[in-house]
Amino acid sequence: MPLSELANPHRFLRRARVLIPALAVFALVLIGVGLVQGFRAPADYQQGEMVRVMYIHVPSAWIALAAYTLMAIASLGTLVWRHPLADVAAKAAAPIGAAFCLLCLVTGALWGRPMWGAYWVWDPRLTSVLVLFLLYLGVIALWRAIDDPSRAAKAAAILTLVGFINVPIVKFSVEWWSSLHQGASVFRLDGPSIHPSLLQPLLISAAGFAALFFALHLAAMRNEILRRRLHTLGILAAAEAEAR
Amino acid sequence: MSAALAAILKRDLKLALRAGGGAGIGMIFFLAVVVIVPFAVGPDLPLLKRIGAAVLWIGALLASLLGLERIFAADHEDGSLDLLFLAPLPLALTAAAKAFAHWIATGLPLVVMAPILGLMLGIDARSLAAVTATLLVGTPAVTFIGLLAGALAVTLPRSGLLVAVLVLPLAIPLLIFGVAATDAAVTGEIPLGAPFRLLCAISLFFFVLGPIAAAAALRYARE
Amino acid sequence: MRLLAEGLGSMRGGRTLFQGLSFALHAGESLVVAGPNGSGKTTLLRLIAGLLPPTAGRITLADSEDPVGESVHFVGHLDALKGALTLGENLAFYRSLFGGGGDTVDAALGRMGMGTLAMLPAEVLSAGQRRRAALARLLVSHRPIWLLDEPANALDADGQILVARLMQEHRGRGGIVIAATHTRLDLPGAREISLAGAA
Repeated sequence: MPLSELANPHRFLRRARVLIPALAVFALVLIGVGLVQGFRAPADYQQGEMVRVMYIHVPSAWIALAAYTLMAIASLGTLVWRHPLADVAAKAAAPIGAAFCLLCLVTGALWGRPMWGAYWVWDPRLTSVLVLFLLYLGVIALWRAIDDPSRAAKAAAILTLVGFINVPIVKFSVEWWSSLHQGASVFRLDGPSIHPSLLQPLLISAAGFAALFFALHLAAMRNEILRRRLHTLGILAAAEAEAR
Repeated sequence: MSAALAAILKRDLKLALRAGGGAGIGMIFFLAVVVIVPFAVGPDLPLLKRIGAAVLWIGALLASLLGLERIFAADHEDGSLDLLFLAPLPLALTAAAKAFAHWIATGLPLVVMAPILGLMLGIDARSLAAVTATLLVGTPAVTFIGLLAGALAVTLPRSGLLVAVLVLPLAIPLLIFGVAATDAAVTGEIPLGAPFRLLCAISLFFFVLGPIAAAAALRYARE
Repeated sequence: MRLLAEGLGSMRGGRTLFQGLSFALHAGESLVVAGPNGSGKTTLLRLIAGLLPPTAGRITLADSEDPVGESVHFVGHLDALKGALTLGENLAFYRSLFGGGGDTVDAALGRMGMGTLAMLPAEVLSAGQRRRAALARLLVSHRPIWLLDEPANALDADGQILVARLMQEHRGRGGIVIAATHTRLDLPGAREISLAGAA
């Protein structure tokens, strides 16, 4: 492992030591504020108190999609620009993105039960998010299946990029096909259709979720870098013992 | 002897759960099977509920069998299979210990996932417990009879799906009674009645037959 | 303890590797199986261990009905190490599997000159280190008969001296050593069987 390659991760580790706790605190504060405001906001006249799941369900959906997009960009970084930390970023993002995706699916199921009478329906929006979850799991499995990190990085990058087609499908599934799921209320060309008293806590909560994701992501990247270092140290230790 | 068995169980569990061990892939496959069925038959919830038990069983069966090819092959490749032959244990018991470890790492997670997947297929909550029970009894039997596939795969390089296909006919009685037991639970009759007890009997039979058959196959593979 | 071979013969792929091989080994004795590559040395060792059935003849322990395999340590070409486990875990497994009360893992590794490497995953070890790890198996569990296939392979000069010493000590304890080699092996007083090689 040439020394130049260590320089980048080294700088990263130094910055991470400051950024991770800062982002974690930020996340806690924002999510806290968002949820408190969300509980103080008026309940929905149809759904009652259940609508408050929205403050967790919607941001986790956004993060799940954003995380996959980040993975896709990192994959381009691996394949096209050959950035040394790109594959670490991609590998670290996968389990976290999958977790947010799962959170979205579970909170959605809990919300759907009182609203539609079923925990799960096979409608386009839900199914495409489930497919997104499967894609996440596939990428994670691929990373674990290949021993050599650089080969694993390239394979996972290709799989991620091909799977990216699912992200716009998730976003537009509600418009392209008839779906039980509610249409877009925030990211619309005409602007948000949701009332500001509900929009504000939602956006604050979402910002908190984003900070949480980045805190977790940076921590995961740090773990991966340290793990690789440990592996290299093991090889060096064995080689040194052999040479004495 | 029990120390040796415990050692095999512990080692195989460690190997399965560490990176590259392949423990998670069975779960992903199970999920994938359940996801693609509604794409094929349409999102018709009553229909999905009717075939739900069958879909869960097919998914669990295939997920278990596909992982079993490597159970002896990896040991054969690095020379540790030879040493298992020399251990002071009957080979059938060694095979059984490996199968049990494999089930804990691959089969048991499938059982844990089954209620959630069953929910997605429209099986109602009160039947889910019974469905899970049939899989809890049936998946170890799949693993144990699939041991034979693993033993056959040692001598066939790059056997791929061949051995899984060879063992599939043997797993059919398990499938029949497994689905019958699960169906009985879903359609609301006595949840764990006669079909379930028959499933237990067949499972016990496979717990014994599987390791013995696998040990015989491993011995005959030595030329 | 006596190891008896009567009229052993083996055929592989239609070719007769050897036939009519007989010997009797008492405690403390050793046997070198010499011959060029492909002459059937590994086959003979596997036959004695019970890993292969002989085409003719049989191998038994005098005054014992037990299968020979349970009294045998077999160190073949492959190292039987799991890369994902640490060196220590690999040996601890074999210690528990074979039983028989041998050295502790740390003592065995120390003896083999690898005391500091116990925590490393086996996949980072060099070929020579893997060979030593395979030989460490002989120390963590006591069995009377050692079957060693090219034991000095991949070892440096120090390693070869170590192997010779291990074999000597084992014989001193009343054990039997059977070693296959295509080069010279330091095993004083050993009998020799020479396999002719492919026709």
